[in-house]
Amino acid sequence: MKAYRTVKTALRALRRNPMRAMLTTLGIVIGIGSVIAMMEIGSGSSQSLQRAIASMGANVLMIMPGSTASSGVSQGAGSVASLTPQDCQALAEGCPSLRAAAPVVRARTQIVYGSRNWAPNQMYGTTPAFLEIRSWTLASGQPFTDRDVLTANRVCILGQTTAQELFQGEEAVGKEIRVNNVPLLVVALLARKGANMVGMDQDDILIAPWTVVKYRIAGSTLSNANQSSSGGSSSGASNLLSKPFPSDPPDLYPARSDVQTRNSPQLVRFSSIDSILAAAQSVAHVKPAMEEMRTVLRRRHNLREDKGDDFDMRDMTEMTNTFSSTTRVMTNLLLCVALISLVVGGVGIMNIMLVSVTERTREIGLRMAVGARKRDILRQFLFEAVTLCLVGGAMGIALGHGGSLLVQQFLRWPVETSPTAIVASVLVSAGVGIAFGFYPAWKASRLDPIEALRYE
Amino acid sequence: MNFIELHNICKTYTMGDIQVPVLKGVSASIAAGECVALVGASGSGKTTLMNILGCLDHPTEGEYWLDGEEVSQFSPDRRALVRNHKLGFVFQNFNLLARTSALENVAMPLSYTSENLSDRQARRRAREMLCRVGLADRLEHEPSQLSGGQQQRVAIARALINRPPVLFADEPTGNLDSHTSAEILQMFRQLNREDGITVILVTHDADVARWADRRIRIHDGLIVEGEAATSGPGGPNEGGRP
Ligand SMILES: Nc1ncnc2c1ncn2[C@@H]1O[C@H](COP(=O)(O)OP(=O)(O)OP(=O)(O)O)[C@@H](O)[C@H]1O
Ligand SMILES: [Mg+2]
Repeated sequence: MKAYRTVKTALRALRRNPMRAMLTTLGIVIGIGSVIAMMEIGSGSSQSLQRAIASMGANVLMIMPGSTASSGVSQGAGSVASLTPQDCQALAEGCPSLRAAAPVVRARTQIVYGSRNWAPNQMYGTTPAFLEIRSWTLASGQPFTDRDVLTANRVCILGQTTAQELFQGEEAVGKEIRVNNVPLLVVALLARKGANMVGMDQDDILIAPWTVVKYRIAGSTLSNANQSSSGGSSSGASNLLSKPFPSDPPDLYPARSDVQTRNSPQLVRFSSIDSILAAAQSVAHVKPAMEEMRTVLRRRHNLREDKGDDFDMRDMTEMTNTFSSTTRVMTNLLLCVALISLVVGGVGIMNIMLVSVTERTREIGLRMAVGARKRDILRQFLFEAVTLCLVGGAMGIALGHGGSLLVQQFLRWPVETSPTAIVASVLVSAGVGIAFGFYPAWKASRLDPIEALRYE
Repeated sequence: MNFIELHNICKTYTMGDIQVPVLKGVSASIAAGECVALVGASGSGKTTLMNILGCLDHPTEGEYWLDGEEVSQFSPDRRALVRNHKLGFVFQNFNLLARTSALENVAMPLSYTSENLSDRQARRRAREMLCRVGLADRLEHEPSQLSGGQQQRVAIARALINRPPVLFADEPTGNLDSHTSAEILQMFRQLNREDGITVILVTHDADVARWADRRIRIHDGLIVEGEAATSGPGGPNEGGRP
């Protein structure tokens, strides 16, 4: 018996009772429909969840200068000044997996407004890209610009805690504060971010152009500034403030001393920065981004094959793992529900196929009498079950897709069409048809023609 | 050797511990082109013998030679092949597929032939058969839209679709009135005379049996007599050979 004739026979048998066929396959329709809808809505929300995770900084990468060891005593991370603002720019331009990169210069010193003073936990010199990388919005005001960075304009952005401590609820934007005797204009106030994962208050912060922090603030507080003042750059920077008019644009590349030039033409960089903060396009891009960054930095630092990196990279692996395991659990849960509904649908198919076999005992007997072999009967009923399931699957795909489109339309949930889910549901519905259609078909094929013909 | 040879056929049904002997050593031979009626009282084993002759069942003992083959010990699949190629069946209750057109009913056995007929060929052959049984204008009718006689004619067309040399009919007129019965029997005789098809019909109706060339009477699981057609109980010798 040829396959196409079997299919035709199966279709004809189903057409003889279309209403029942419809109701039988309803379980599969609903099962596959919910699988498709869940997959589409699920992957849509996992996308938006990913975006949410990214906004929490899971795609943030940190690059620190490497460590040195003198006489076997390691100086710890950041003890060499190997990173420059140019490195940062090269990373931003040369790594397709990166969304942005910002240099960071740190300082810790006192800020004063009127009669109040405060030492913010974090004092960062950076570029406007920093806010984008940290996905940090402003509560009021305008951020400083790249131009402010270039000209070392004396502006700053305050975190909520810092502003509260200094201004006690007064309007902060537009006021001038003094940091290490350098007057800075508060141009914006950051939105509240709360504590980070280890409980540090992220709102106790001051952000200024890195040129300002490095050359005006840190440079003037040699003693209490951090690593950024190490190396030749700080001596150059401190020279800046000896100028009579500090508002003049500073020389970004302070001249190195003769001794320095002679001793280390390559190793010491003009202006080192403490670290580079970068953001990958998405959480999934973190790994490739790290590879790209390593390549770019090694090339820029002229590192030979056999030499180790002179920088360290850190990502938020722990955070990413937490969230990706959460989404994995959710996806598996959805799959379980979908599988259960498919099993229920399959049991429905099996039930009705068994009824159908009983009902059509005479037909089976007749077919056997005119020459159908066991395997012909088996194949016919198996094809019928599979056809039912495939038709149900097709309708389920249409239903699920339509449903998810409606959800997108009216509930504004993010939805993503998934071709894999569609292919998988076609295969699964055929599989359900075979799995649950086999027993009834086998039962049909085992009938005795004489008894089947006599069956009332 | 005749077309059909039965040697000492026995059939015993086993119901739990009880052995029910139905056929107790039936021997007979039927030549190709004969028209034979199996007669006997109810419960005498006519249908049982007919199932064995029709390769639907196999005997407990004995030999059954059909067209030169000993088919009694064939596997179910080989028996299915024999049924498909050599035997046609007409049943008392027609056994047509419900909600299926006459044409498709007739073409159904072609699904199981080894012949590779295209759909068009199959339909043409079915149409020819329906024309021969006089249903050229009822091709698309479903069984529920046909009279009993017409349904039986569809069943005959279906039995003939594979051009079998033997046609079996178990009480073919049992569900029909006398006028329609006569029509159907006329058709059997025509097939027997014109196409040389061997017709074996089972009946307990003496009037029906009279149409056949020969009657084989079964009593209590044994053949008691093979009467010639002329010796039928009264009536004209319509069924006999010229
Ligand atoms: N599957 C079976 N199991 C047990 N006994 C059976 C079976 N089939 C038939 N018999 C018995 O065999 C005997 C003959 O049955 P069969 O159907 O051949 O009779 P019949 O001559 O066709 O009768 P009728 O004219 O009423 O159709 C009956 O006594 C019946 O009870
Ligand atoms: Mg009977």
